[in-house]
Amino acid sequence: MDRVREFLDMGGYAAFVWPAYAVTLAVALLNVAWARRALARSVAAARRRLAGGGDS
Amino acid sequence: MSWTWFHRLGSPPYIYGLARRLTPWLAWPAGALIVAALYGGLVLAPPDYQQGDGFRIIYMHAPSAWMSLMVYTTMAVAAAVGLIWRIKVAHAVAASCAPIGASFTLAALVTGSLWGEPMWGTWWEWDPRLTSELILLFLYLGYMGLRGAIEDAQRADRTSAVLAVVGVVNVPIIHYSVTWWNSLHQAPSVMRVGKPTLSTAMLVPLLMMLLGFTLYFAAVLLVRLRAEILNRERSASWVREVVGT
Amino acid sequence: MPELPNSTLAATAAEPRTTGATGEGTSVLEAARLVLLRDLTLAFRRRGQLVQPLAFFAIVTTLFPLAISPELARLREVAAGVIWVAALLASLLALESLFRDDAYDGALEQYALSGQPLTGLMFAKTAAHWLLTGLPLALMAPLAALSLGAPAGAVPGIVASIAIGTVALSLIGSIGAALTLGIRRSGVLLALLTLPLSLPVLIFGARASELAIQGASYVAPLELLSALAVLGITLAPLAAAAAVRISLE
Repeated sequence: MDRVREFLDMGGYAAFVWPAYAVTLAVALLNVAWARRALARSVAAARRRLAGGGDS
Repeated sequence: MSWTWFHRLGSPPYIYGLARRLTPWLAWPAGALIVAALYGGLVLAPPDYQQGDGFRIIYMHAPSAWMSLMVYTTMAVAAAVGLIWRIKVAHAVAASCAPIGASFTLAALVTGSLWGEPMWGTWWEWDPRLTSELILLFLYLGYMGLRGAIEDAQRADRTSAVLAVVGVVNVPIIHYSVTWWNSLHQAPSVMRVGKPTLSTAMLVPLLMMLLGFTLYFAAVLLVRLRAEILNRERSASWVREVVGT
Repeated sequence: MPELPNSTLAATAAEPRTTGATGEGTSVLEAARLVLLRDLTLAFRRRGQLVQPLAFFAIVTTLFPLAISPELARLREVAAGVIWVAALLASLLALESLFRDDAYDGALEQYALSGQPLTGLMFAKTAAHWLLTGLPLALMAPLAALSLGAPAGAVPGIVASIAIGTVALSLIGSIGAALTLGIRRSGVLLALLTLPLSLPVLIFGARASELAIQGASYVAPLELLSALAVLGITLAPLAAAAAVRISLE
C-alpha cells in the first residue's frame, strides 16, 4: 500500500506529472476517436449517396 | 525502372485498401510500445538527481513536441507532392495531418507548462522551445482556418498546400530567430535547472515512446486518410464495393 | 527546401497558356514597370486610403504613453517594440486591398494570361505596396520614436530597420493576400496567416531599433533583417504567383 502511495506521490511532483500524462494520453485517445468518427461519417455519407442513386 | 508503383500510390482505391490493411499492423505495435514505455518511464527509470520524479514529464512532453514537428513536416511534404504532381491522395494526406498535429502541439504546450512550474517556478516561461511550439500552433490554426474558409474542395487543397510549403520553409527561420532573441534576454533571476542527462534506463523508455508515437501517428493518419479519400471520391464505382451496400 | 515553390510554379506554369498579343515583344522588366506605375497611379487617385495606414501607425504609437505612463524614461525602454508592433500592424492593414481590386476588375486574370511571368508582376505589385506603406512608415517612424523618448541619434537606425524590415513584411504579406483571394471577410484570417510568419522580421527589426536607441551598434540585426528581405525577394513572389494562379483556376 505504501509503495502504491509513494508511486502516486511522484516524489512530491504528483500535481505536475499526472496532469501531464492525463493531457497527453487524452489527446492521443481523442485523436483515435475523432479519426474513427470521421471514417464512420464518411462511410455513412457514401452509403447514403449510393443508395439515393443521385449525387449527394 | 518502372514507375507503376508511383502511379499506384496516386490511385485512391489502391491507397484506401492499403490503408485499411496496414492500420492494425501499425496500431497494435504502437499501443504495445507506448504501454511498455509508460511502465519503463514511470516505474523502471530512476528519478533524476536534480529534478527527482518531475523529470518523468519528459515521457509525455518530448513525444508531443516530436509529433508537432513530424506531423507538420509530413503535411508540408504531402502538400508539395500534391501541388507538383497534382495527386489527390497527397492532398488528402495533408488534410488529415492538420488536426492531429494541432492537438499534439497543444499537448506539448500544456506539458511544457506543467514541467515549467516546478522547474522554473513559473507556469509560462518565454523559453525558445515553448515559444516556437506556440508559433507552430498558430501556423496550424492558420492552415486549418484557410482550409475551412475555401468552399471549393480542390481550391482548398491547392491553396492550403501553398501555405504549408511556405510554412515549412519558415519553421527553421522562426526557430533560429526565437533562439537568437531568447539568448539576448536571459533573465538571471529565473532559476535554471540543467537539462536532465539521461541514463540508459531513462533513455530507453523515451526512445520507445518516440517510436510508439510515430507508429501511432501513422495508424491514426491512415484512418483519417480513408475518410478524406471517401469524401473526395464522389461517385466512383469502387466506393460501392468498399462501403458495401 | 527552396526548390519547392520553384517547382510548384514550374508545374503550374506548364499548363497551356494563351499567349496574348500584349505579352509579345514586351520584356519582363517593362511589364513589371507598367504594373508598378499602374498601382502607384491608382493609389494616388485615392489619397484618402493612402494615408490610412500612416494615421493608424500614429494612433497606435499614441496609445502607449496613455496606457503606460507619460514618463519618457519608461517609454524609452519600450519604444523600439511599440514602433515595430505598430509598423507591423499598419503594414498588415493595407494588405487586404493588395490584390482585391485587381481580382474584382479582372486585371489579375489579364496578368495571368498575358504571357508574362506572373512572378515578376507579383514582385512589381509588392514593390508598389512597399513604396506606398513601408517607405512612408519608415519616414514617419522618427516622429514616433522622438515622441517616445528616443534620442535623435537613434533616428538613422530606426529608419533603416523599418525601411528594410517592411520590404520583408510586404513580401510575406503578398503571400497571405494571394492565399486569401476570393475569401469573404478575409481580414482576420489574413492576420492569422501573416503574423506568425512575420515574427523573425519583428524580432530582428525591434532589436536593431533597440540597439539604435541605446546608442550601440545595430549592424548585426540589420544584416539579418536584410538577409530575410533578400530571401523574401527570391521566394515570396513565386509563392504569391502560385497562389494567384490557383485562385484563378
